Amino acid sequence: MRKRRRKIESLIFKSLMILSALIIAGSLLMILWTITSKGFHSLTWDLVSKIPEGGFYIGKGGGILNAIIGSLYITIGSTALGLLISIPVVLYINVYAKRNAWLSNITRLSADVLFGIPSIVYGAFGFAIMVYFGLKASLFAGIITVTLLIIPILVRAMDEVISLVPNELSDATYSLGATRWETSKILLKQSVPGILTAILLSFGRAIGDAATVLFTAGYTDSIPTSLNQPTATLPLSIFFQLSSPIEEVQNRAYGAALILTIIVLILSLSAKYFSKRFSKHKI
Amino acid sequence: MTFDSPHIRVKDLNVHIGGNHILKNINIDIPDKKLTSFIGPSGCGKTTLLKTFNRLLDRNKDVKIDGQVLVDGQDIYGKDIEVTDMREKMGLLSQRPFPLPMSIYDNIAYGPRIHGTRKKKELDVLVEKYLRATGLWDEVKDRLNGSAARLSIGQQQRLCLARGLAVEPEIILGDEPTSALDPVSTQRIEELFLQLKDKYTLVLVTHILRQARRLSDYIVFLYMGEIIEFGPTEEVLLRPKEKLTQEYVKGFIS
Repeated sequence: MRKRRRKIESLIFKSLMILSALIIAGSLLMILWTITSKGFHSLTWDLVSKIPEGGFYIGKGGGILNAIIGSLYITIGSTALGLLISIPVVLYINVYAKRNAWLSNITRLSADVLFGIPSIVYGAFGFAIMVYFGLKASLFAGIITVTLLIIPILVRAMDEVISLVPNELSDATYSLGATRWETSKILLKQSVPGILTAILLSFGRAIGDAATVLFTAGYTDSIPTSLNQPTATLPLSIFFQLSSPIEEVQNRAYGAALILTIIVLILSLSAKYFSKRFSKHKI
Repeated sequence: MTFDSPHIRVKDLNVHIGGNHILKNINIDIPDKKLTSFIGPSGCGKTTLLKTFNRLLDRNKDVKIDGQVLVDGQDIYGKDIEVTDMREKMGLLSQRPFPLPMSIYDNIAYGPRIHGTRKKKELDVLVEKYLRATGLWDEVKDRLNGSAARLSIGQQQRLCLARGLAVEPEIILGDEPTSALDPVSTQRIEELFLQLKDKYTLVLVTHILRQARRLSDYIVFLYMGEIIEFGPTEEVLLRPKEKLTQEYVKGFIS
């Protein structure tokens, strides 16, 4: 009797788990299906190779090259800048300030709190700073604000990986007379797959976020040629086209969403590939 | 027991970790070019004592170290000590082998490289020399650029020994270096230790009494953070003076 009850219990939970897994896979498929079926016909060479012509948002010709390039500029710029800031932070709390629990805890707590702040707050913050310094919406302001948005993601994700490297590895390098910086390099090497995952996470967040760039990067139909110029981005391009009452324009929004998804997909796959290549010596 | 010119001299060493008194008033001389073993039940502080010698211990949180550890007469906890130079003198072999995340060649070349040897030819010579010294050369000479992670665990431990020797240390610290190995690999490491005794000062932490007997010249018996007995291997194991040592050697306490 008791055996039977345990069997049924196990069966119920197994079914619940399978159901949850199906919901996740199902939502991904449905999103992909929606944007593909609605956007596929608008996905023309013109869409990815031209900037908007006059009257683009009421159905005239042109494409969203301005938004694609703008998004790539912002995302690559902010990810690079974010890494420049967060790698030293992570190494500092894991290698240099290892004995200083207080400092590491404060840094981790700050990153956690920053992680939870909605992106519109970053947008508003960036905007306030811009107003204070008398700056206009620009690629530069966009990159800085998005960098602020992704630093907590980078710090927390990399901290997670590097703090999991066994102490024996740093014991080994220190015993060979390595300095803390030389030890840090070995720790980074050991953590390459995790660092790539962190970059991927932040890249996805940076390229897909509309609220941070709304006030800071602005929106324009041309491709920026300097950091001082405003720039279009894919999420805002989707937003403006989707707000149009004209169906053709709306469908182009789905085309833009498809492009955004493809960029993230290509990145995920190449990150997987490189992660394997760079970690062939991982212990 | 004292020596006229010990390689390592520990004076009034006390170690607290998170409020616990782990090592109590340790005074000991480690003789030059001999193998000294630390034995004792787990938790007696033998690994902690070993890790005070190359200052790996004070990297951790909540560790308080008082007293002196003199290496060649110089206090390694002194103010003007360069920790990296001091660690260069001491190789460490840990419980589980931990190769660096790079090729077999680069593992050996890592130490010489960070200490300034850059020329490929010189590195080639060093790599071969130390892989031969640990009996690995014939096993790995065709895959020097292969990953160190692919080696068997016994080979990894010998690689770690070779990597440590390549820095040309004077002292080798072994923290139960055979505890993760199979009997054959254990025997190879033990043979290497016996060969190394002529050139290096060796300090070995072990919980295997027979191993201590096979390898060591001197034995230190620690119990609850205190040194109970220190003397030549035969004397400590066969004619222990202290009651605690007798009980430990006979297997009554462990």
